[in-house]
Amino acid sequence: MKSGSNLEKVIASGNPAVTAELGPPMSADGHEVVKKAQLLKGFCDAANITDCQTAVVRISSIAAAAIAFQNGLEPVMQMTCRDRNRIAIQADLLGAAALGLKNCLCLAGDHQKFSAAGRLKGHPGAKNVYDVDTCQLVGILRKMRDEGKQEGGDPLEVSPRFFIGASWTPMGDPIDFRPVNLMKKVNAGSDFIQTQGIYDMDLFKSQMEKACNLGLHERTAVLAGIIVPKSAMMLKYMDSSVAGVSVPRSLIDRMNKAKEAAGDDKKKAREFQEQEGIRIAVELIQQALEIPGIKGVHIQAIEWESAIEGIVKAAGLYPRPTFPES
Amino acid sequence: MIMGSQKPIDEIWGMVKDFNKVLVFGCNTCVAICHAGGEKEAETIASLIRMRARQEGNNMVVNHMGVIRHCEPEYFEPVMEDVKKYDLILSTACGVGVNFLSDRTGTVPVYPGINTSFYGSVESSGFFKELCAGCGNCIVHLTGGLCPIARCAKTLMNGPCGGTNKGKCEVSNDIDCVWYLIVERMKMLGTLEKLSEIQPPRNWATSRDGGPRRISLEHLREFEDKEALKTRAAGGEK
Ligand code: SF4
Ligand code: SF4
Repeated sequence: MKSGSNLEKVIASGNPAVTAELGPPMSADGHEVVKKAQLLKGFCDAANITDCQTAVVRISSIAAAAIAFQNGLEPVMQMTCRDRNRIAIQADLLGAAALGLKNCLCLAGDHQKFSAAGRLKGHPGAKNVYDVDTCQLVGILRKMRDEGKQEGGDPLEVSPRFFIGASWTPMGDPIDFRPVNLMKKVNAGSDFIQTQGIYDMDLFKSQMEKACNLGLHERTAVLAGIIVPKSAMMLKYMDSSVAGVSVPRSLIDRMNKAKEAAGDDKKKAREFQEQEGIRIAVELIQQALEIPGIKGVHIQAIEWESAIEGIVKAAGLYPRPTFPES
Repeated sequence: MIMGSQKPIDEIWGMVKDFNKVLVFGCNTCVAICHAGGEKEAETIASLIRMRARQEGNNMVVNHMGVIRHCEPEYFEPVMEDVKKYDLILSTACGVGVNFLSDRTGTVPVYPGINTSFYGSVESSGFFKELCAGCGNCIVHLTGGLCPIARCAKTLMNGPCGGTNKGKCEVSNDIDCVWYLIVERMKMLGTLEKLSEIQPPRNWATSRDGGPRRISLEHLREFEDKEALKTRAAGGEK
């Protein structure tokens, strides 16, 4: 075992892995993390703790991950390249490992301009760092773990043992380069990959085929990203505005129908769409798990953690495997 | 070349309003080409300041002048005495010019009359674009001749981020994603497989993170020293 994390064990056991996502709050409210952790505990093998997603200031990934861990939920801490240089990154990794964290997902991070959206002022004038990029960050984690060395070469008496992850946008532009992008992340040392949310399963399948032809599915565990849709509006927005996401017309039509079935009743329209969204998510999970090379799913129910239990059960992925303490 | 853009007149007024004798000092090289700070623009800025001064009942003296370059002594040495007669020099050269003058004008302050923006190109008349960030360690032979340091919002070295959307950068729909361009260009050049190699973390010490940078051409300096010696030996030095 590289890290001995629960996620690593599930993947090694050959069971399809399930990860979820927990977004920390925009205030010092640690109870919020505990509450969300209770909702996810038992229904996933590990949960990503986002690192100031969309560049919005929140409880840091490491602190929230430590809280989740203390409350019985295995976290996947996230580390973006946006906010820290290699000194801060490595210091935080050492601290995270010392706190008992075992999974780390490496990301470039959303640009700071996204922090000013809707009613949020954010920090669009912040200076970003990008001392290293995702591939380089993965390499740093691998070097610390496998060679017992800091990036600069100084030895680590005790090395942080992370199960190393990276994200992948399989259908992003330029689409024919994306399998190479994945290959670089795997060559750098990614043990697992979580993909951008997928609705167009046919296109994803053809991208996975290319990845398999490069032999990548044998060297890393690709978890297909499933974003649980909440409304027809959300699906349309993701189709038109979210990079690397295209939503088939048929799914948008289904959501529209669910909405219309409620007539003028707004509350019902929301309920119907949420129910349809859960059905769609379950179908997507089942389709994704059929694709050769896929080792699990990463289910994102954004600010809707309570939906995970039902989805995981309906997808036949409950109960989650457990392992005796070694 | 170095590109700049004009500062709002309100900001300029805030800088100059407490001085009695102001020189707006233009530079006729880079910043003249991007219509920000050449002698012509210095003249315009000077008259804008005069107008504002009149409106505010302020009878300051405002003149303008221009030299070929602010960043080499030989160009402004002839006018140095005149320049020093002012209380304030508002330099419309790039930041290099402002600094270079400040190092040499003694008690006369030098303030910036423009915003120095980037190293860029004249894409078409009136449209300038940043293409290099002067990182001190050029790697564009690995990226099809296109620069991911200056042109990618995240200075990524190993390929596009997940934010590329229809060839555009996640920062804005009207900025090209340079990684999209790099991939397309390397496809065209038949060198795409070069991109499979992982570029290790960069040494940013050659960039501004290593402190102010200097280049010293020893052979040229030695030559100059020798020539000076010869001149002296020949009794040519005054
Ligand atoms: S790599 Fe550095 S020197 Fe080369 S074009 Fe880019 S910023 Fe300029
Ligand atoms: S979209 Fe392209 S240019 Fe913009 S940050 Fe990502 S890789 Fe860089």
